[in-house]
Amino acid sequence: MSRFLKSATLVAMLATVAVPGLAQGLGLGRPALPEEIAAWNHDIDPSGADLPTGAGSVMEGEEIFAERCASCHGDFAEGIGNWPKLAGGRGTLDRDDPLKTVGSYWPHLTTAFDYIRRSMPYGNAGTLTDDEVYAITAYILYSNDLVDGEFELSDQNLMDVEMPNAGGFIVDDRAKTEYALWQGEPCMENCKDAPVKVTMRAMVLDVTPQDEDAEPQAPSAGVVKATATQEAPAEEAPAEEAPAAAAFDAELAKAGEKVFRKCKSCHQIGAGAKNRSGPLLNGVVGRAAAAVDGFKYSRAMTSAAGEGLIWNEAELSSFLAAPKSYMKGTRMSFRGLNKQEDLTAVIEYLKSAGD
Amino acid sequence: MTDRTSRRAFLKHGFAAGATASIAGTARAQSADPLITEVQPWAQEFGDGVDATPYGLPIRFEGDVIRRNVEWLTADTVSSINFTPIHALDGTITPQGCAFERHHSGAIELAKDDYRLMINGLVDRPLVFTYADLERFPRENHVYFCECAANSGMEWAGAQLNGAQFTHGMIHNMEYTGVPLRSLLEEAGLDAAGDLKDKWVFVEGADASSNGRSIPMEKALDDVLVAFKANGEALRKEHGYPVRLVVPGWEGNMWVKWIRRIEVTDGPVESREETSKYTDTLEDGTSRKWTWAMDAKSVVTSPSPQAPIAHGAGPLVITGLAWSGRGAITRVDVSKDGGMTWETARLARPGEKMALTRFYLDTTWDGQEMMLQSRAMDDTGYVQPTKTQLREVRGLNSIYHNNGIQTWLVRANGEAENVEVS
Repeated sequence: MSRFLKSATLVAMLATVAVPGLAQGLGLGRPALPEEIAAWNHDIDPSGADLPTGAGSVMEGEEIFAERCASCHGDFAEGIGNWPKLAGGRGTLDRDDPLKTVGSYWPHLTTAFDYIRRSMPYGNAGTLTDDEVYAITAYILYSNDLVDGEFELSDQNLMDVEMPNAGGFIVDDRAKTEYALWQGEPCMENCKDAPVKVTMRAMVLDVTPQDEDAEPQAPSAGVVKATATQEAPAEEAPAEEAPAAAAFDAELAKAGEKVFRKCKSCHQIGAGAKNRSGPLLNGVVGRAAAAVDGFKYSRAMTSAAGEGLIWNEAELSSFLAAPKSYMKGTRMSFRGLNKQEDLTAVIEYLKSAGD
Repeated sequence: MTDRTSRRAFLKHGFAAGATASIAGTARAQSADPLITEVQPWAQEFGDGVDATPYGLPIRFEGDVIRRNVEWLTADTVSSINFTPIHALDGTITPQGCAFERHHSGAIELAKDDYRLMINGLVDRPLVFTYADLERFPRENHVYFCECAANSGMEWAGAQLNGAQFTHGMIHNMEYTGVPLRSLLEEAGLDAAGDLKDKWVFVEGADASSNGRSIPMEKALDDVLVAFKANGEALRKEHGYPVRLVVPGWEGNMWVKWIRRIEVTDGPVESREETSKYTDTLEDGTSRKWTWAMDAKSVVTSPSPQAPIAHGAGPLVITGLAWSGRGAITRVDVSKDGGMTWETARLARPGEKMALTRFYLDTTWDGQEMMLQSRAMDDTGYVQPTKTQLREVRGLNSIYHNNGIQTWLVRANGEAENVEVS
């Protein structure tokens, strides 16, 4: 406490001393250290001035893309499902449903570099080296037919790449093109040709989500119940359910739940789990591979399932230790779990979240 | 199929009973109401004690007043949007618990103790603030709406989603408490920036998407808030706890959540969120950028597809919301005949700048079909355009900034549908 007082007094004194030097400041906050600024100040504007030193080739990029990006964006950057398509679409911007990709729409290559470096791979942001970012960016250019297969992108030549839609943007001109038109006292009577007719109905499309439940008050009651049962198992359920799950280790499953965080950006498990970029995992342990309805598995996974692959603990463990070497061609972009204890724990967790 | 589904929903609202009652009018009820003549349990026994609910949620009968997601819109819920149940709310303040969410990499959990805000770039003193530091700056309270640029974006090509929640629910309106961004920038000192006219600030969040956006200095020094409270309490996790940016009147994407860094720059960064997204493609294929302001807009929230008329002909309250990102709402007109004739609605309170305004048209329904529309005007003299007028200027591929006039077709049985009219 006395230490607190001392340092508080010191801060107060410093603040008092500092104030005259500040324009109108309160002396709040502290100076940002150069290494702190360096850690966060990553944005790269279209001048390219802040591009980091580095290089990466299309060929390197293809390999990294297959491993880190293709599970969402497709092997050829064509996009899977609703995930963004990064290639194609040139010449579609003035048509119905234009396809906006890095190649067809993005005005600056610095933007792609900045975004990949900052926010990709999805669910594992900021883990790429600068060289890897150059390589992935090069591969995306290649997928858009903007460079050839031998191309290497670097801080030296990134600004030389011409983006097809660089000139495709204008600054907001609504003041001229809209505000000037839609002004003044509006019409109050006989404003259009009679009779007014319905020209389009939303019901024809039938794309509006409908509540499943019949009773309006059901959802909140349901939510409360679900939370209660989710919290209970850790303490009580295992003892009661012991006969049914003799080999089940609750502590281990709990540890596995932590490991599962690495899987969560692509996989869901438990009540209400859905397919995301990976299939839902309810009941996966002991089940046939590639068995989740509505999930688009890789060809490798489907053919392994055809050969009778069952996800028993041994197979799962080998798969999760090194997905890409266990199954060449899997879409799972995960690098693998190094520690045996993590493998055992996460499989125990997968079991616990049964169906 | 759809007709049947909505019919079920509709019957649920008890139209049949309501209609009988209204025909009966003031005549004597047929038999005494047991809710009155018989003692009910709630009038006899105890209710909950004061320790039952340390932090309260709405009573279970209101369990359908919730945010809803449109699953097919996006690839994954962590980069998606849900919708405020505006059809079921009244007044103007949106409760945080049902205010729409938009995340680019999920709602993160960031503790106040772990929170840091950095100001760097063209400033005299790059600084780091803790959450506690922010609470020592003089703070202000303002009510502002936050509307996603893509609100109504699914309706460009025609009537698509059947409900005000889905067509207009990417909006909320809260009372924010926070520190003017100007105060923080001045604390860091702007002498180093020189002429402020051509300077910008780049703002980014602490989440994986970081959602960086560039804001011109003029706006940054005008009314932008670094906010930590909404409607009197801490921001919710999904709205950027502990600190978010509030950029009054401008598209919601710029209201960076979990804001961690503000950099003074000499130009826009042209981030992903301001080039590949949140730019509006016109018919000829060129695209508008920097379309920040949300133009004046309005919608009838009730009756609407999710809020049909359940009481039959007679007195009817038509109500809705109006707002403008360029000023205050001065007037809202309502049409029952698809825009042929208009009546001026009553504003619940005078419009406030860049905040939602509630309007009412207290009317008598003749039980005939209506094509309900509302049309907002703001204090710049701007009149909300029709969808046709918008499309004439922009085509169909704009995605963002659809502020066209909405039509609900209300049938004689009280059901309503999202339609477009000639």
